[in-house]
Amino acid sequence: MSASSSSLPHTPGHKPVNLNWLGVVPFFVFALLFMLLPTAYLMVGAFQDADGNFTLHNLAGLLEANVLDAYWISFKISIASSAAGGLLGFLLAWAAVLGKLPGWIRPTLMTFSGVASNFAGVPLAFAFLATLGRMGLVTILLRTYLDINIYSTGFSILSFVGLTLTYLYFQIPLMVLIVTPALEGLKKEWREACDCLGGSTLQYWRYIAMPVLWPSILGAMLLLFANAFGAVATAYALTGSSLNIVPILLYAQIRGDVLHNPNLGYAMALGMIVITGLANAGYMVLRSKTDRRGA
Amino acid sequence: MNASTKESRLGAWIAMAVGATYFLLPLIATFEFSLRMKRGEYSFEAYEVVFGDPQFQATFGYSIVMAIATILVGVLLVVPTAYWVHLRMPKLRPLVEFITLLPLVIPAIVIVFGYLRMYNSSSIIPLTGSEHATDFLLICSYVTLSLPYMYRSVDTGLRTIDVRTLTEAAEVLGANRATILLKVIFPNITSAILSGAFLTFAVVIGEFTMASLLDRPAFGPYLQLIGANRAYEPSALAVIAFIVTWASMGLINVFGRNRHTKPTR
Repeated sequence: MSASSSSLPHTPGHKPVNLNWLGVVPFFVFALLFMLLPTAYLMVGAFQDADGNFTLHNLAGLLEANVLDAYWISFKISIASSAAGGLLGFLLAWAAVLGKLPGWIRPTLMTFSGVASNFAGVPLAFAFLATLGRMGLVTILLRTYLDINIYSTGFSILSFVGLTLTYLYFQIPLMVLIVTPALEGLKKEWREACDCLGGSTLQYWRYIAMPVLWPSILGAMLLLFANAFGAVATAYALTGSSLNIVPILLYAQIRGDVLHNPNLGYAMALGMIVITGLANAGYMVLRSKTDRRGA
Repeated sequence: MNASTKESRLGAWIAMAVGATYFLLPLIATFEFSLRMKRGEYSFEAYEVVFGDPQFQATFGYSIVMAIATILVGVLLVVPTAYWVHLRMPKLRPLVEFITLLPLVIPAIVIVFGYLRMYNSSSIIPLTGSEHATDFLLICSYVTLSLPYMYRSVDTGLRTIDVRTLTEAAEVLGANRATILLKVIFPNITSAILSGAFLTFAVVIGEFTMASLLDRPAFGPYLQLIGANRAYEPSALAVIAFIVTWASMGLINVFGRNRHTKPTR
């Protein structure tokens, strides 16, 4: 990779043959070797049996009960954490941008969001165990002072609800980071014009702000969805392998072929790429919509 | 107008208060939990145990080395490419940009799964065959992971300077490509490169999936191991990890105004 600068042609302008493309070769070689080919390898493998013959057997394996179950739970967690994260993140961004709060709040929120959206993985799981685990501070405080035992209500930090609550810690800040620029794009004049014409706050949001904002909001939520769907570390550190979600099942499969069919792992990987790919494609379509409108 | 202003201000305060509670409680709880190691009193015992653990020192050191290597390789790969795309191949920009965003689309676990199959010890390029080769593979995986952040930072930096004029001026003065990159372009986008570098550091330092599946002794897998076997040390480690993340992001703000934003442009 360090050869990238030396491989640039020295005086490309003086040569009749156009050698400009040489300058981007290192980048494309890297992308091929460490991103595109390994991914393509799995995608091809999903359609092959152990001897390399074409088969749809692996894809059919995705319909096995425990695999299908894993996809379903992953899907639910991703939907729940992206919907809740999207809503709460939007409210926070709205409060910071349009809430007429003291000036220091917005930059503080943005900086904190930058930190928290990157505070994922194993340490985040530890933080939530210390908060809502059986010995966690909030669990103990609720039990001691309010006589509420959240664990007797069926709550567990190791469950669907617990994991969703934990994912929100990086989902909400991510939403704040993505949606704040869109909120900043709302022009003051629109609100003033609406007020002059006798429109209510509700009407302003229903007929003016939301039609402008919804592609950004929906697009951002699709990104959050993909973000949650592929996450491994937080879930693994929090629940071990007790929660059957796709990334953890795939992790276990890679470590020790728990599905008893190596190529079924390829099919699972393919399924993940298709789902996160669709979410991202949706995001890009919606983004081009906002770009055209210039919002 | 006045009434609705008051309404929205109250609503905004409520939203902020709920948000602050949700975000601060886990931090407070984690810190409190990390102090509980000695029975009946608060102490920094858990931190002493953690810092005294040779495994902690070894894995944290290893991850720092990996992070620095990732940043170096990433900068050497991204800066010349982004520069060249700006200067000579603007038509390629959408494609290059698309590729740099792919790591946000393809989950890390899928990428590393691909490595394990493609570069296993019986393949043409057996990168998982020896420790050094696997370290190299880990660095490449981290460069891939940080590509969206690094490219975005550098690209934003290049947009703020006049690449063409600077290059022509340097060419007139007789500088070659390497000199131009090193002495003209780099110094002009230092803050952009640094913000990409610190972001990369924050992403890489506690990374779990890649390191664990490539079986390297990094900080992320160590964290997971401690989490599975100890009670109070994990909280201390979480506090340390949070401070490291906070410091990386803080340094971005110190070194430049090129704020990291997610791809919304």
